[in-house]
Amino acid sequence: MAQVLVVTSGKGGVGKTTTTAALGAALAKTGKSVVVVDFDVGLRNLDLVMGAERRVVFDLVNVIQGDAKLNQALIKDKRLDTLSLLPASQTRDKDALTEEGVAKVMAELKEKFDWVVCDSPAGIERGAQLAMAHADQAVIVTNPEVSSVRDSDRIIGMLDSTTEKAKTGEKMPKHLLLTRYDPARAARGEMLSVDDVLDILSIPLIGIIPESQDVLRSSNLGAPVTLAAPESAPARAYFEAVRRLAGEKVDVTVPTEKKGLFDWLFKRGAA
Amino acid sequence: MSFLANLFNRKSSAPVARDRLQILLAHERANLGEGKSDLLVQLQKEIMEVISRHIAVDQDKVQVKLDRGSGCSMLEIDIEVPGIEQNGKEKKGDAHSV
Repeated sequence: MAQVLVVTSGKGGVGKTTTTAALGAALAKTGKSVVVVDFDVGLRNLDLVMGAERRVVFDLVNVIQGDAKLNQALIKDKRLDTLSLLPASQTRDKDALTEEGVAKVMAELKEKFDWVVCDSPAGIERGAQLAMAHADQAVIVTNPEVSSVRDSDRIIGMLDSTTEKAKTGEKMPKHLLLTRYDPARAARGEMLSVDDVLDILSIPLIGIIPESQDVLRSSNLGAPVTLAAPESAPARAYFEAVRRLAGEKVDVTVPTEKKGLFDWLFKRGAA
Repeated sequence: MSFLANLFNRKSSAPVARDRLQILLAHERANLGEGKSDLLVQLQKEIMEVISRHIAVDQDKVQVKLDRGSGCSMLEIDIEVPGIEQNGKEKKGDAHSV
């Protein structure tokens, strides 16, 4: 039975799209068939982070409006044949996504794939609600920063009230993914710590993604960080998060950068 | 060796990002302005209309592929044509330059 995962946050710029791409690719690497779906109608970006921006022909809205078949809109990843992308459209029409249309596409995707990973737009409006509507579980991406934590709290409330699961009285499993975390700054009391955020949001932690240059480098290159730099600290954190999603018990740690000789010399020189 | 590779890799990602954005934005500025319809959807629709005037085409058997380049783009439409000649695949390639 296919699992639908929504990656959401409320606040923008915290790493939803990066996370969708990284988790999608990490899941696909385990051999499961995975589709990542961009729900950010009007401002699509998952195609760019995945490196498929030049190959977009049809999108989610074309499929919903009957202009294209689902198969025609799906873009197969060139690096991983178990990974596909369904891009968002760039229309400014806010009502392009309909509840029935989304339900139909999600049902079709669940037939075809083991995992459907939905990249939610920022905000708490229609787009974000449609992205989470059919989710079986949610990853809430949060930065250790006051506004992000507050917005995550709002989103957690919505996951328990507006989704299909909530309507049938079921509990939606929710996982906290802390991104752009700097353990040194948290230790010095300059940044909310993991425990601070967990205390406030009280949902289980699925991973801590350390602040890392590899994330920007990967998006520059148009590849999920789990494909472009699989040995990097953020990628290892995403791979561990995927193992936890699959139900494995893995202690949550903050992976650190593996320093090469050059980095070591350079750091010493700079310090 | 690995640190050299690292050094070069780290330096080279921003130019890649810039090139990717330039190609993408050139296409988006040309296609997303006021009153402009999606050229590709339009093209695909009209090509399909012409073809279905002559043969029955199963929409599920039509694959449209695209590669946007800086100089020219490739639009490739694969249509499975049932029953005529050697019931094989007939390929229709079409390119439009920018």
